[in-house]
Amino acid sequence: MSGGTWSWQRVAGQGGSVFVTLFGLLILTFVIGRIMPVDPVRAIVGEDATREVYEAAYLRLGLDKPMWQQFLFYLRDVATLDFGTSIRTGQPVLDDVKRVLPATIELATFAIVFGAGVGVPLGVLAAVHKDRWPDHLIRVFSLMGHSMPIFWTGMIGLLVFYAGLGWVGGSGRMSQFYIGLVPERTNFLLIDSALAGQWDVFCSAINHILLPASLLGYSSSAYITRMTRSFMLDQLNQEYITTARVKGLSRRQTIWRHAFGNIRVQLVTIVALAYGALLEGAVLIETVFAWPGFGQYLTSNLLIGDMNAVMTCVLIVGLIFITLNLISDLLYRIFDPRTR
Amino acid sequence: MSHPILDVAGLTVRYPGAAQPAVRGVSFQLGRERLGIVGESGSGKSTVGRALMRLLPGAEVSAERMRFEEVDLTAATERQMLKIRGARMSMILQDPKFSLNPIRRCGLQIEEAYRTHVRSSRAEARARALAMLEAVQIRDPERVYDLYPHEVSGGMGQRVMIAMMLLTDPDLVIADEPTSALDVTVRLQVLKILDDLVREKGIGLIMISHDLNLVRNFCDRVLIMYAGRVVETLAARDLDRAQHPYTRGLLAAQPRIGGKRAPLPVLQREAAWNEDREEMA
Repeated sequence: MSGGTWSWQRVAGQGGSVFVTLFGLLILTFVIGRIMPVDPVRAIVGEDATREVYEAAYLRLGLDKPMWQQFLFYLRDVATLDFGTSIRTGQPVLDDVKRVLPATIELATFAIVFGAGVGVPLGVLAAVHKDRWPDHLIRVFSLMGHSMPIFWTGMIGLLVFYAGLGWVGGSGRMSQFYIGLVPERTNFLLIDSALAGQWDVFCSAINHILLPASLLGYSSSAYITRMTRSFMLDQLNQEYITTARVKGLSRRQTIWRHAFGNIRVQLVTIVALAYGALLEGAVLIETVFAWPGFGQYLTSNLLIGDMNAVMTCVLIVGLIFITLNLISDLLYRIFDPRTR
Repeated sequence: MSHPILDVAGLTVRYPGAAQPAVRGVSFQLGRERLGIVGESGSGKSTVGRALMRLLPGAEVSAERMRFEEVDLTAATERQMLKIRGARMSMILQDPKFSLNPIRRCGLQIEEAYRTHVRSSRAEARARALAMLEAVQIRDPERVYDLYPHEVSGGMGQRVMIAMMLLTDPDLVIADEPTSALDVTVRLQVLKILDDLVREKGIGLIMISHDLNLVRNFCDRVLIMYAGRVVETLAARDLDRAQHPYTRGLLAAQPRIGGKRAPLPVLQREAAWNEDREEMA
């Protein structure tokens, strides 16, 4: 008990480990920038530049300096949030990221809420009815989520629910009609439109996010269901479950009050990881739904070797995972007294 | 035996996929007394305890008769069982390291046993739990109440378990190897606490154990189980006069302080012990 949950030592230790991870991440992105077979100077001055122009740009980028000095420059740039300009879009990378990241966060958040909201109860249900029909049914359902490629479900989803039934909006974040109408403050469309009081845009945005988010959510719920099932089976075999039953608790009470409490820690981990994966890797669904998000941005820049943007994106993905890890660490402390 | 609490006849339990039933035709009665069930690992003694609580999911349980006071346990619905378990019949499990929920405070787990069966305010339940902690001789109940299971010792954990299971004043307590996981030094202490409470409250006790000496000292009567069957029933004080070769083999295989230092005899099993009792007699 002593020391409490939030002692200074702990905070300092946590901070230290975050710092080390961050430093490692920066080295990694720096190295990526150097070893990629893309000439950063050519990328800026173009293929037809004269030798003088090339030399000037070479010196300006500091490429004549020793490696460690270049790294220090990189650190300075990162510290001042100067990530350079994207060659593809011609805009500062930071501005690009500010535009695309919220779109993806919106999508991924809806998706993970759906994925965990469906996946966790299904996993518990499957575990409780192990080897009986609900279990088999749920396993088939989650296996399908696992095995159907998301670009395919995306297209089928569009065909059925947009083109066929007309229940949801089509591609993009909102109807074409509204584009450019919403003042950009946070770049989270739902928040911006709500702030501006433009509820028709808000509804259009919800309408557009539902399908891609639930398809993404379905594919991650497949994983969450399977993990929840196995965590739960583990707990249901524990002796304290028998104790709870001996006390006179019903099966349902035992499952939710006792067993479920003990899998929260593990659930937090896998849900956080699934969320991270959604944030970095929703490329396919973003492409199918013409969603101007982070995954699409990262992929198109990778394909043309736009190194400033790629390095920044890798850095952001790293930051996302560090943050998610930090959050799950904090939740561990709350959920499991043994880790305090 | 006047007015038995428990009357069991021909109890048979078969686990799915098992070649032989784990428990075969076990019969016994229990009054306000302390009954020991002794046997080696796999002899079916724990299964008997769980069958009485009707906590054997998946297993096939049948009995000619299984009565707990006025309740027919073979026919009781799950709903009825929920009212019986923890209120009138409870069970002390082996190892508090595993049998207590690791993420809930000890006090709340004790309280839960009470609140499941009695409509009461939190304050009342808490007071009950604290009083019970005191009854199991925990010196600082308020402190232990707030501890998590990993923060208490094995002996204390088992006392928490006892408190939890006796809080509702049950008529029958099944103690399934209650001290096997404990240090030898605290074993007697914990048993003494359990014994005192059981006598004081007039609770029927079934003590499941593999420890002959423990059963001899803390029980009135002993059932010896072998391969799922009761091979012998006798008063604890007559244990030395056991007839069945298995019981005698067990007794002979015990080392004694000050006894001969010769190798202990190895139990010679006979196939006949596995046969049904009628055929043996």
